[in-house]
Amino acid sequence: MELNRDITSTMYLRMQRIRAFENTAMTLFADGKIPGALHLYTGEEAVAAGVCANLREDDYIVSTHRGHGHIVAKGGELKYMMAELLGKETGYCNGKGGSMHIADVSKGILGANGIVGAGLSISVGAGLSISYRGTDQVCVCFFGDGSSNQGTFHEALNMAGIWKLPIVFVCENNGYGASMSQAKHMLVRDIADRGAAYGIPGVVVDGNDAIAVYNTTAEAVTRARRGDGPTLIECKTYRHRGQFEGDPGIYRPAAEVEAWLAKDPIPRFAGFLQEFGLLSAQEIEAIDQQVADEIREAIVFAEQSPYPAVEKIVEDIYSDIIEEVRVR
Amino acid sequence: MKTMNYRDAIREAMCIRMREDDSVLLMGEDVGFFGGSSGITAGMFEEFGEKRVRDTPISESAIIGAAVGSAATGLRPIIDLLFVDFMLVGIDQIVNQAAKMRYMFGGKISMPMVARLPCGGGAGLAAQHSQSLEAWLTHIPGLKTVYPSTPQDALGLMLSAIDDDNPVMFLEHRLLYDMVGEIVDMNPIPLGVGDIKRAGSDVTVVATGKMVHEALRAADILANDGIALEVIDPRSLYPFDMDMIAKSLEKTRRAVIITEENKRVAFSAEISATIAEEYFDLLDAPVVRIGALNTPAPFSPPMETYYLPCAEDIVAAVRKF
Repeated sequence: MELNRDITSTMYLRMQRIRAFENTAMTLFADGKIPGALHLYTGEEAVAAGVCANLREDDYIVSTHRGHGHIVAKGGELKYMMAELLGKETGYCNGKGGSMHIADVSKGILGANGIVGAGLSISVGAGLSISYRGTDQVCVCFFGDGSSNQGTFHEALNMAGIWKLPIVFVCENNGYGASMSQAKHMLVRDIADRGAAYGIPGVVVDGNDAIAVYNTTAEAVTRARRGDGPTLIECKTYRHRGQFEGDPGIYRPAAEVEAWLAKDPIPRFAGFLQEFGLLSAQEIEAIDQQVADEIREAIVFAEQSPYPAVEKIVEDIYSDIIEEVRVR
Repeated sequence: MKTMNYRDAIREAMCIRMREDDSVLLMGEDVGFFGGSSGITAGMFEEFGEKRVRDTPISESAIIGAAVGSAATGLRPIIDLLFVDFMLVGIDQIVNQAAKMRYMFGGKISMPMVARLPCGGGAGLAAQHSQSLEAWLTHIPGLKTVYPSTPQDALGLMLSAIDDDNPVMFLEHRLLYDMVGEIVDMNPIPLGVGDIKRAGSDVTVVATGKMVHEALRAADILANDGIALEVIDPRSLYPFDMDMIAKSLEKTRRAVIITEENKRVAFSAEISATIAEEYFDLLDAPVVRIGALNTPAPFSPPMETYYLPCAEDIVAAVRKF
């Protein structure tokens, strides 16, 4: 798809939605309103927005434990996401999944995933399904630099390669696999180089540049839709927050964090849009206002929603069996 | 009378569904051109072509993931993992993905996949190719597990497994592949319905897989002493037909459970515990549980024979009642 005003405006809207959603989640978590664990996407918005702007509703994405951004960018609704984070019945998963398992199959979102690298194997199945049915859908598989050391990464790239599956592998290299820096967790500098090992193209892109991400993905998506097989895209980016909320972050030098905060993808994209006349300052303000309203509504929706009835714990395990409560 | 061996029965069921439904496909190592490592898929590549009978690289996580992802998006994949032992290489995809996706997503996804898991000892294949891992699978909410002991059951259970919208783990004992049996009908056998392989009134013997045949052999031996064993094959380990066992115990009041698993924390322990918790009043004697020794499967033939449970173990246990 040729980059145009509609696309850039949607990209900006989604980046702001992600940022606002994550900042809100951060506060609610700190206030004790979100149980469990939280892995925020803040700082990586240009990747999800730039990639997903190339996708149709019937395309698939496979996400990660740091998945909120992908889900928002693929069209996930903030209120159902927020309700899920709070463990409410109205959430995407009726409160059974939480932050790490949000999915919306009707929008092609095959789920966040709590297991690092597991989505890579699942993307092979989604890609196979597309290829088997002979449609021109694509599947985008998001994963991190840490995942690229998992066996699943290597198995998936190899199988997608030999079967020419319509998968775009998007590595969000934020420099750290949990607390271990890339320099310590692998010897290669560019994860994109690993594509060569499986005979598929590997491309490095500035992951904080939404336009660059969009353009690189456009090429990979076209290739996939044409039946020419998978591409590995490495987006170099940085997470503004810790591996998880509460992570003291002692493993990241302060100067490094500062330098990356200065490269924040959102003001950068806003500046670009204004400079090239794609969005005016007023339009940007209007989008920011829209997002603020959506977030307010999402919080109200989530907070006012009931918790699921505990008896529902035994439902949805199977399509046809409800486990008996007496089995305890 | 129509007969078939266990191997052909499994293949026949897969072929029936593949002819009826284009969304059914088979994947795994050696399943295609080669015809399956145990000859199970012979002829399927020729009939259905490489798109539907797909050879895969040796990549268990990706094979199982290919099933998970394609089942989540409209296909009904069957995967052949060659050995239940190899499932362990990609176990995350079974336990954390296939089993839990429906639940984690609030019931908004289906996972119609079948994993064929050839299992069991007695073939001299030693510790990494002989295991019985029923307990690993039945422990996990979200999985269904079946284990046919006859060609008829293999055929009927495979049809049901393919029809099921949940992940079904299909255990098949490799030493049963050549076993010939009568085929009475070509109907699906509902999961969760056991079968009385031999009626009797003195002792209930619950047996799975190849051990069903050991139980039947024990029944023959003990019949000479005037002791009538009732041999129950649950066929499906989850869902599980506890009612059939309870009904039998009302008559016999004694139970022997035999599976080929290492006895420690085996699925047989779950059956025994359920009898103790819920049907204690039906018992006149403690439940007897028979399994393989708590060792890895040994290689040397006399050692392996010593390791595996057999009919004589049942006979000895029954004589002690």
